[in-house]
Order: sequence, then C-alpha cells, then structure tokens
Amino acid sequence: MADYILEMKNITKEFPGVKALDNVNLKVERGEIHALVGENGAGKSTLMNVLSGIYPHGTYTGDIVYNGEVCQFKTLHDSEEKGIVIIHQELALIPELSIGENMFLGNERKGRFGIDWDRTYHEAGEHMRQVGLKEEATTLIKDIGTGKQQLVEIAKALSKNVKLLILDEPTSSLNEEDSKMLLDLLLSFKKDSGMTSIIISHKLNEISYVADKITVVRDGSTIETIDNSGHDIDEDRIIRGMVGRELSDRYPAREHNISEKIGMEVKNWTVHHPLYSEKKVVNDVSFNVHRGEIVGFSGLQGAGRTELAMSIFGRSYGTEISGTIAIDGVEKNLKNVRDAINAGLAYVTEDRKGNGLILAESIAKNTTMARIEKVCNKGIIDVNKENSVAEDYKEKLHTKTPTVQQAVGNLSGGNQQKVLLAKWMFADPEVLILDEPTRGIDVGAKYEIYCIMNDLVAQGKSVVMISSEMPELLGMCDRIYVMNEGNLVAEMKAADATQEKIMAAILQSDKK
Amino acid sequence: MNTKTFIKKYTMVIALVVVFILFAVLTQGRLLYPQNLSNLLLQNAYVLVMACGMLLCILTGGNIDLSVGSTVCLIGAIAAQMLATTGLHPILIILICLALSCLIGMWQGFWIGNVHIPPFICTLAGMFLFRGFGRAILGSKTVPITNKTFLDIFASYINIPGIDNDEAKWSAFIAGIAISAIIVIMTVLNRAKKAKKGYKQANAVSEIVRTAVIAALVLYYTWKLAHYKGIPVMALWVLAVVFLYAFITSKTAFGRYFYAVGGNEKATKLSGINTERVYFVAYTSMSLLAGLSGLLMAARIGSVNGDTGNSFEMDAIGSCFIGGASAYGGSGTVPGIMVGAILLGVINQGMSIIGLDNNWQYVVKGAVLLVAVIFDVVSNRKTGKAG
Repeated sequence: MADYILEMKNITKEFPGVKALDNVNLKVERGEIHALVGENGAGKSTLMNVLSGIYPHGTYTGDIVYNGEVCQFKTLHDSEEKGIVIIHQELALIPELSIGENMFLGNERKGRFGIDWDRTYHEAGEHMRQVGLKEEATTLIKDIGTGKQQLVEIAKALSKNVKLLILDEPTSSLNEEDSKMLLDLLLSFKKDSGMTSIIISHKLNEISYVADKITVVRDGSTIETIDNSGHDIDEDRIIRGMVGRELSDRYPAREHNISEKIGMEVKNWTVHHPLYSEKKVVNDVSFNVHRGEIVGFSGLQGAGRTELAMSIFGRSYGTEISGTIAIDGVEKNLKNVRDAINAGLAYVTEDRKGNGLILAESIAKNTTMARIEKVCNKGIIDVNKENSVAEDYKEKLHTKTPTVQQAVGNLSGGNQQKVLLAKWMFADPEVLILDEPTRGIDVGAKYEIYCIMNDLVAQGKSVVMISSEMPELLGMCDRIYVMNEGNLVAEMKAADATQEKIMAAILQSDKK
Repeated sequence: MNTKTFIKKYTMVIALVVVFILFAVLTQGRLLYPQNLSNLLLQNAYVLVMACGMLLCILTGGNIDLSVGSTVCLIGAIAAQMLATTGLHPILIILICLALSCLIGMWQGFWIGNVHIPPFICTLAGMFLFRGFGRAILGSKTVPITNKTFLDIFASYINIPGIDNDEAKWSAFIAGIAISAIIVIMTVLNRAKKAKKGYKQANAVSEIVRTAVIAALVLYYTWKLAHYKGIPVMALWVLAVVFLYAFITSKTAFGRYFYAVGGNEKATKLSGINTERVYFVAYTSMSLLAGLSGLLMAARIGSVNGDTGNSFEMDAIGSCFIGGASAYGGSGTVPGIMVGAILLGVINQGMSIIGLDNNWQYVVKGAVLLVAVIFDVVSNRKTGKAG
C-alpha cells in the first residue's frame, strides 16, 4: 500500500451563501510533487487554507490525516509545527526588513538577551545556500527581485523544518528563467531529501514538467487524479478535466439585437504599473463594443483585465496611460472618474466591499452615490426623492431587504451586488463595464444578474463583462476577447468559442 | 421602535438627562439658577463651535485636528494686537482674522488633502507652529481688549428697550416662544408634505413627543435667560454655526461626501467624488471655526495670553466621540455631538459649582470619553464595521 503523508477526507467548507468545497478528497504520497489544477474559484486555495489552519478546525467538516494522525489545526502555527508550510501567491515578506529578519519573523533566534543576530544571519545564510540564493542575509527584501523573494520564502519554509511544502501559484509573477530554476529546486528537494510538495498552478506545461500526480478541482470538488509519473501528460487532457462541465440553461435567453453603432472603441491602450512604471500591465490593447452587445473578457487572474477596465474608467489605475477612447464615435479624454461618469461610462467593480459600496451606509445612500446630483436641488438632497429612487431599484432588481434604510453590510453577497448594480444603473451610463459581476454569489442571484444585463442591452446599452468563469462568458456574451499578461491574445465570436479554444489561446501565448 | 433600539439611538441623550438631574440634585438646584444656565452656554461656546468643524474631520476617517487650540491663540492674539495698535475698524479686523484662519486651514488642508500628509502629524506640527506664532505676536504678555464695538459683537446681551426691564428680559422669552412655534409648525408642515406625496411617515406619537420636548426645553431655557441678562449675542453665533453645519451634513450633497469618504474612501473615489477636495474643505472649515472661537474667547475673557486655547482641541475631539461620532469615521451627526459637548459642559459646570477639585474634573472627563468610545466600538463590532 502506498505511503500517504496526507489524506484529506470529505472536506466540506461553506461561506455564507456559497459552498466553496463539497466533499473533497485528496491523497498525497510521501516524497511526491502533487499538482492541484482548476479554474479560478474552483476551490484550490480554499482547500490549502483548510489544510494549513487558516480556516481553523470547526469551520469546515471532514478529516485531515497527516502522517497517520488526525489533525485539527486551529492556527497557521499549529500546522507549521507539524512541518506543513504554505507559500501564498502574494508573498508574505516585509519589504523594509532584511532577508534574515524575514526568515525568522515570528520564529526569532533568541540569545540570552533578546535576538541573537549573529546566529540569525548565520542560519539564514545556510538556508539561502540550500536554495541557491546568492545574496547577503542583511540585504533588504525590497532590494531583491520577485524571483529571489520567492526563494527567500522557500528558505524560510526550510528554516521551519518543512515536511510538506504548499506553493500557491509560485511562478505567476516570475519570468521563464526564474520559474525553471524554482521548479528544478523543487525537483532537487524531492530527490535529495524526499520532501513532499503540493503545487497550485495555471501553467500546465510547468505542471506536466514537475508533477508526479495531478488532481483536478472543479466547482469545489475533486474530479480526478491523473498519474503523471512519466511527465508526458497531454495538456489537452488536463484542460478537459478542468472545464468539462455541462452547459445547461443557466443563462436567460436573449434576442441578439446588435446595433451597427459602436458604443465604445478603445485603441492602442497601454498602461504601466503604478509602482514599477517600467512594467506594462496592459500592452497596446484595442477593442470595441457595439450598442446592444455584450462583450466578454476572458483570461487568468493577473491578465490585466481589471487594470484595463479601471484605467479606462477615468484613469483609476496605473501610470503613463496612452491610447484613445471614443464613446459613440466621439473621442473623449477622461482625466478622472467624474469625466468618465459624465461621458456615460460605468465600472462595476469586482471588489464590491472594498471598492464598490459603503457597507455601513444605507441602500438608499449607496444607490445615489455616483450621481447624487440627480436627487438634489441646488446641492440640497431631497431625501424623500432619494428613498423613492432606491425603492424603485429595489423593486426592479428584486433586492431582498425589508427597507432601503438597511445598511448594505447586512445584506447577502447577491443582494449587495444588486445594490452595486443599482448604483451604476442610476448613474445612467451608456457603456457598463462589469468586473466579475457574479463572483461569490449563488446560482439564483447569478441568474437574476444575467437578466439585468440582458435588459440593459435590450435598451441599446453596451456591456463589457469581465469574468473568470468561462461558461458564464460563453453563455452570456456575443463576442469574447481573451487577454493574457497584459496582451489581447484572441478575439472570437461566442458562437464559435469553446472553453478549450480560450484555454488554448492563453496557453499558446504563454509559450511564446 | 422598541425599547432596545430607543436606548441605543438616544443613549447619550439619556446620559445627559441623568447627569443633568444628578448635578441638579447634588448642587441643591444651584445648577438651575438662570446665571448658571446662561454660563453653561457661554463657557462652552468655543467647544460647540469647534466640535462642528471637528466632526467634518472625524467623519473623513477618524482624523482629528490637533492644531485648533493653537489657532484659537494665534487668531486671538492677532485680533488683540490689531485692536490695540492699529486704528482699523473692529469689523474689518474681524474679517481679516477670519480670512487668516481660513488661510491657516487651507495650508493644512493642502498638505493633508493634496499631498497626503497624515492629519495627525500635519496638525501636530500646526499645533506647535501656531502656538509659537501666537506667543511671539503677544510678546509673551497678556494683551487686554477694551474696544467696545468688538466686545459688543461677541460678548454682549440683546436688550430691547421697552420690552426688557429690570424684572426680566422679556425679549428672550418672546424669542423662545417664536422658536418653539416655528419648530412645531415645521414638523406639521413636513408631515403634511410627506402625506401629500405619499412618502413614508415617521411614527406619529414619537414625533409629537419629540417635538413637544424640544419646544418645552426651548421655552424653559429662554425663560431662564430672560431672568438673567437676556439672550447673549454669543448664543446667536453658536446657533448660526450649529445650524449651518447641521444643514450641510444632513441635507447637502457635499455634506454626504464627508460620510462617504469615511465609510469607504476607495469606493467614494470610484464614484467620481473628489476626495482630496473633501479633506481640503474639512480642514479649512475647521481652522475657520477655530479662528471664530478665538475671537469669541478673546471677547469673553477680555484679554489674550500665550495659554489661551490650551487643550481646546481635546474638548472638541472629546465632544465628537462622546456624541457618537465613530472613531473610524463615516458616522456622527451635529445634534449628536452637541449633546456630547453639552454633556461635557454640564459635568464641568456641575463639578465647579459643587466645588470639586479641578483635577477630578479631568478624571471624570477621561472616564466619560473612554466609556463613550468603548460603547461605539463594541456596538460597531456587532454591525461589522469596526476592524
């Protein structure tokens, strides 16, 4: 019988309104590299957070068997003591501290009087040698590149006596060379010390190269575990596992009434990163959306879709923005959000709690926020009018709430999303950009959001829909653009598109 | 409205009533003497005025302005020196002083709003800067103010010959009757308008009770004022500021922006609202009101020295937090902070009348502030805002 270092049995984890994990089973053999693949939101990261104790025991159901014993981790610290270390996609390093300080943060090498710095830097140096990092241990994190920072994280894991290393998208921000180095490092750990790793990645070529077994996660369930001991798996085989779900009528029918008139046309749009201005986050993107049309943007996380949308929306993101925007054929210079709103643009954010709504304020106040002048008379708010407007949208969008005076924070995710939509519909836009409009809400609410979108295009408005759920794009859009790493890599009619084609477009552009 | 939500909504009003009755008993009714009730307003005029400005700053995200006490001193000093050494008309001097306080506010508002200097640090610097300038202008001396016009504008009492006599200043009570009548009529008209347009009405009983209580308080207070020296002019200044700020924060679109910034700055920005201007205006208005308070103080005391306005910022900040402004920003009302300011004032006055040591007044103030903020944080935690 195989020697399993880890068995996760029947793990179920629910968030309010959403079942993130549904009876997941995962078995990892000692000394192997095990890959987890799946679409965004499939539940990979949630599963790893359950394992590492970020979601403590009791908030999920099911058993974690590690090294033959049932574990009930309450905190990250509990799992680290057993040798399970997780490295997140966003590195948890403090830029202003040195490599050595970061490595032993929360785990300081103490001498008789406080921290023993000599020992700290000596041990840090040893671990750095193990991962092949040629830097001084006293160098500050902010002075080294992302690739080396990733190595520091691994060295930090080694300093904690890691037995099972979990890497969440370790290569997403690395270039090809650094990625290869990192993967080879994992292989050498496996060979030399028999370390077990779990790697989450979207880059299937890397997985095929490094993983011994591949488990596919989809919609919060583990679908299958594919053997890859020969490292020769066909990428199409993995893709089929990732996207192979049935498309039923989860999308309301719509008459496709696309006007000849172009609602918005963006040309040669380039955006640089706000902090690292040499990095292009969006690179020479041109697209258009007709009136009465829903256009989708597909891509992986970090493809630059949100950045594209926000930079169009009154330069809310990025620096050194260049390119032109024309709305209804008239070129516009949108210097700030106010300009964009006045030009008839609306951006419904993917982060409704962080960027969209004021949770402590009432539905009524949130609804009118983007265009409060519509319920004002010479700068004085007509509260009664405001309330009746909010009431209208509540009826129209079927928002479930006793009154529009309810604080938005008390609503469920789906109803919050409706308030956010109401806010931007009230702003009376001609072009709506919806960024992940159905993220984290249940199927019923999704259907209602789709109906609202159909209504909007039926009125002759243009809708741009950014989504990481490919079936949703295929079900709702007329045309789909595919982005990867800041570039527009494909455009296809939704009628011709398939999930395989979209995935293939992304993967092919990765290889270039 | 059930008892629980009633208590939650009117906690501080209930606390004020309890504290007021407590001190009325402890002082054997001396707190209710016309002179003491009149002084309650005058001694706290600066707090009431500055709390309005401080509310705007706090609304933007729990930000405070530490420099206001020093601004009071600086503007008071400038006014006193100009009155003493130049022959300019007092009204011109007042305008110059208000313009200068506006400039001070724009200076701070620029750094905080446009350059994103943390307000705490920027106004801490202002606290030293303006105190220093003020002392330098005074030449480390106490400068008296004797100009009668200046004193009349801020610190006299309204006396109408023919109506007012030695027995009582009936003009005060007549004003009281007029104000009560206006309050009642406004409430009735508002209900009628809502009924006509078919909007939702507030509960009739609670609205009638509330209106009656407010009208009765106005009548009682003006009756007392009538039996002292009449309506102090300072009260008009305070009322003007309070009404203006209550109106801005509750009725105007721009007032709404302060709450929006404090509630979620990123969302506010993405709604097309110029958040930098919100900060700028908050700090500009704060300093303007601090300047006005400086003039009020100077006229009331009749002189200005280097310690004028010392720790006034703490009274203004304390009133806001006691009056229910959230330490995280985004919530708080002008009526609320007025209750907070008056609560602090009653505690001060009551303890002074009893003859309690000044030191103990600090202890009580501190305890009240802490309890009020703990209450805010704990009740916010339940609605999920804090943290």
